[in-house]
Amino acid sequence: MSIDRARELVDSVGIEEVLHRCSERIEENKLNTFITTDFEGALTRARKRDGNGGGRLQGVPVGVKDNISTRGIQTTCGSRILTGYVPPYDACVVERLKAEGAVIIGKTNMDEFAMGTSTETSYYGSVRNPWGRERVPGGSSGGSSAAVAGGEVPIALGSDTGGSVRCPASFCGVVGLKPTYGGVSRYGLISYANSLEQIGPIATSVGDVALLFDAIGGYDRRDSTSAEHEFDTSSALDSDVGVEGMRIGVPDEYFGEGTSGAVRDSVWNAIHTFEDLGATYEIVSMPHTRYALAAYYVIAMSEASSNLARFDGLRYGYRVEEGDWHTSFSRTRREGFGEEVKRRILLGTYALSAGYHDKYYLKALKVRTLVKRDFETAFKSCDLLLAPTMPYPAFKLGEKIDDPLSLYLSDVNTVPINLAGVPAISLPCGFEDDLPIGLQLIGNFFCEPTILRAAHCFEQSTDFHKRKPGDV
Amino acid sequence: MITREDVRRVGWLSRIELEDSELDEYSRKMGLVLEYFGVLDEVGGDVDPTYHVLEIDNVFRDDVAGEMLSQGDALLNAREKRDGYFKSARIV
Repeated sequence: MSIDRARELVDSVGIEEVLHRCSERIEENKLNTFITTDFEGALTRARKRDGNGGGRLQGVPVGVKDNISTRGIQTTCGSRILTGYVPPYDACVVERLKAEGAVIIGKTNMDEFAMGTSTETSYYGSVRNPWGRERVPGGSSGGSSAAVAGGEVPIALGSDTGGSVRCPASFCGVVGLKPTYGGVSRYGLISYANSLEQIGPIATSVGDVALLFDAIGGYDRRDSTSAEHEFDTSSALDSDVGVEGMRIGVPDEYFGEGTSGAVRDSVWNAIHTFEDLGATYEIVSMPHTRYALAAYYVIAMSEASSNLARFDGLRYGYRVEEGDWHTSFSRTRREGFGEEVKRRILLGTYALSAGYHDKYYLKALKVRTLVKRDFETAFKSCDLLLAPTMPYPAFKLGEKIDDPLSLYLSDVNTVPINLAGVPAISLPCGFEDDLPIGLQLIGNFFCEPTILRAAHCFEQSTDFHKRKPGDV
Repeated sequence: MITREDVRRVGWLSRIELEDSELDEYSRKMGLVLEYFGVLDEVGGDVDPTYHVLEIDNVFRDDVAGEMLSQGDALLNAREKRDGYFKSARIV
């Protein structure tokens, strides 16, 4: 469902009926997309706002990933350790959504602390993919993407640390944007790897993603990494502008050994579609891509080991009361965290510990410099880069969860973007066995308007986004 | 590559209690990941590390109290509190 359609419905049948339909849809779909819903609160908040209209998202239901703080609504990060935690304040993006009239109906399921590619590590159970119930929705924003794909909400927010908006957007056949680092305030986002992550919009069309990005983006003094940049996305969707003369770089390294034939073909068809629209392409080399995945995981785990030190059971969340402080703290974390989160904290602690800091953490930060330089070089001759979002379509539930390394390898095309800090969007570009394939368009710093424009042109010239999932 | 004792040590450093029976499985899976990280050794040359992708240096503001959580709000989610403070388990 589009934002426009949701607004029409609010006008014609009223907000109460719209919320009722969302609730029914969630109930019927049984995808486990939401950890918490709050329809009563949503209706009260929407009614309070009635008459103060004028917002671009007036009455539009929205799902918010459960690592984004919402005042008065439980926020768990998909973890047992935050069961029952009710934030006393709103994240910046939530304030901005509310200011535009959006109605938050609940908190979407996710990999625990956003650590995962399949939404199977959630304490609250796995999310199912509306294109195939035995398939994962991707992760970590699997609840947000499956909710949008399943018609439960028109729009949702996710967060992207190493692909967590783009991967589930790709697997669920919707559109998801990872903004430039610093483009969207992280105030109120519960940190996992703070130098890598950004909150990003998820919707059924590029236009809706652009609108949502416009609503949540921009400087916020409460996030010290927020960039003082004014985005202008107004011309991005102007069909008169198009992609004529746009120079597209195709990084050879993003079509690695594990890439499925159908993904390769679909992405090449997309390249030819852009050619037909007047763009040109060239193959570019990004030689340090090979090291990006390892560097990403070292940095993400190291930052996680520090960020997650705050979960001690003292100030919020789950707590085991036993013995002295050390015992209580260690047992709280033993029972409160799931296996993947514990493994990442342990690995991060190891990578930062005396004797290993230079070998792992410092080395990873140096590789990050080289990966970033690859992008800087590519953007000297290209306006944007184009690649598959994921090497394959959605895999089966349980297929990779017992083999952490094989799950990490799925992120090979998404993590370099977070290391460099540049923006990227994923949108549907084909199908393999009725499962969606995602196309990734990567821009230079603050060039969201460029990738949104190219994505919009592609969407207008193709029908992939019109196909709806059969399993809901 | 990473021994049971290493796992136990980082478990203590990160305050995550681990049972003896879990150590082998943790060291096996962590070992596989660390082995993969070995690919970083192939990268030569010395460049500056990137801690932060944007050229934003220290961000300062005027030293004036602004909007903040009230004491009551900050304590809302605490299991145990006393006299307006969080109550912790005994430390020493």
